[in-house]
Amino acid sequence: MNALQVFFAMGGYARYVWPAYAVFFIVLIADSIAPRLRRRRELRQLRARMARQEARSAGCILPTPSST
Amino acid sequence: MSNWIPLWLHKLSSPPTFYRFAGVLRPWALALALVFGVIGLYGGLVLAPPDYQQGDAYRIIFIHVPCAWMSMFIYAIMGVSAFVALVWRIKLAEVVAMQSAPIGAAFTFITLVTGSLWGKPMWGTWWTWDARLTSELVLLFLYLGVIGLYQAFEDRRQGARAAGFLAIIGVINVPIVHFSVDWWNTLHQGSTVNIFGPSKISWDMLWPLLAMTLATKFYYAASLFLRAQTDLLSMESGKDWVRRIAASEVDQ
Repeated sequence: MNALQVFFAMGGYARYVWPAYAVFFIVLIADSIAPRLRRRRELRQLRARMARQEARSAGCILPTPSST
Repeated sequence: MSNWIPLWLHKLSSPPTFYRFAGVLRPWALALALVFGVIGLYGGLVLAPPDYQQGDAYRIIFIHVPCAWMSMFIYAIMGVSAFVALVWRIKLAEVVAMQSAPIGAAFTFITLVTGSLWGKPMWGTWWTWDARLTSELVLLFLYLGVIGLYQAFEDRRQGARAAGFLAIIGVINVPIVHFSVDWWNTLHQGSTVNIFGPSKISWDMLWPLLAMTLATKFYYAASLFLRAQTDLLSMESGKDWVRRIAASEVDQ
């Protein structure tokens, strides 16, 4: 076995050590993606509302958007 | 004499100021989390020697223990902010308390799963109802209860008040988690690292653990800043400062 194989074998505990690290990374990556998606959605909704208000004050009627 | 501290805090607690403050600090916190994370993982997985009893299985400690500390640390922050929010009605304290809950729940979940993966080879079981494991599971349920209660209300501030109460009551569980290994006979081992007095761990293993602890602390700061910023945007969506941000920022 070369050094890299020894490293990944983790002295026979590979099937406990690596899943533990995988869970750590997957959960934290999910935790950092969730607020980014929410932020994008909030800003999009806000911009849509601002556009509607601007249109209303300009005196024309926009069709209500199907989904906001 | 030194009334600039309360003044500064007062100013910082205004949503637009905090939004800017969080935006400036967030990239630094994330960068420090990554730097300490890479150093800690390299030290823990590559440089640290195998344990004389547990072989390489002990390497789970480098994520399990920092995450367990974070699960309690974040709960304490959440409890204190919920208290401040209830007493002084500071909107930002409410945001910090409620936005800390999902991050704390994530760390608690990681603690339980990695602990289980460590318990199987060492104890021969994935789970046992010992005091440490059970109180940590209760901590997860408390976090989920706070999140659920907060979202159950139509009115967000009312939800934050109700969930804040639950968070404050649940603070009692934090010392129970911490001292469970001293108060009861547990299968879970006692503390290895002590702030007061010598730690029962060699320096080769201790420094990666401390690096990972710093990494998780900085990660929490970065995640909290982003969540708080987002929450302030939707909470204050009618205000001018939010409209200016919405108008100037393009979708990334």
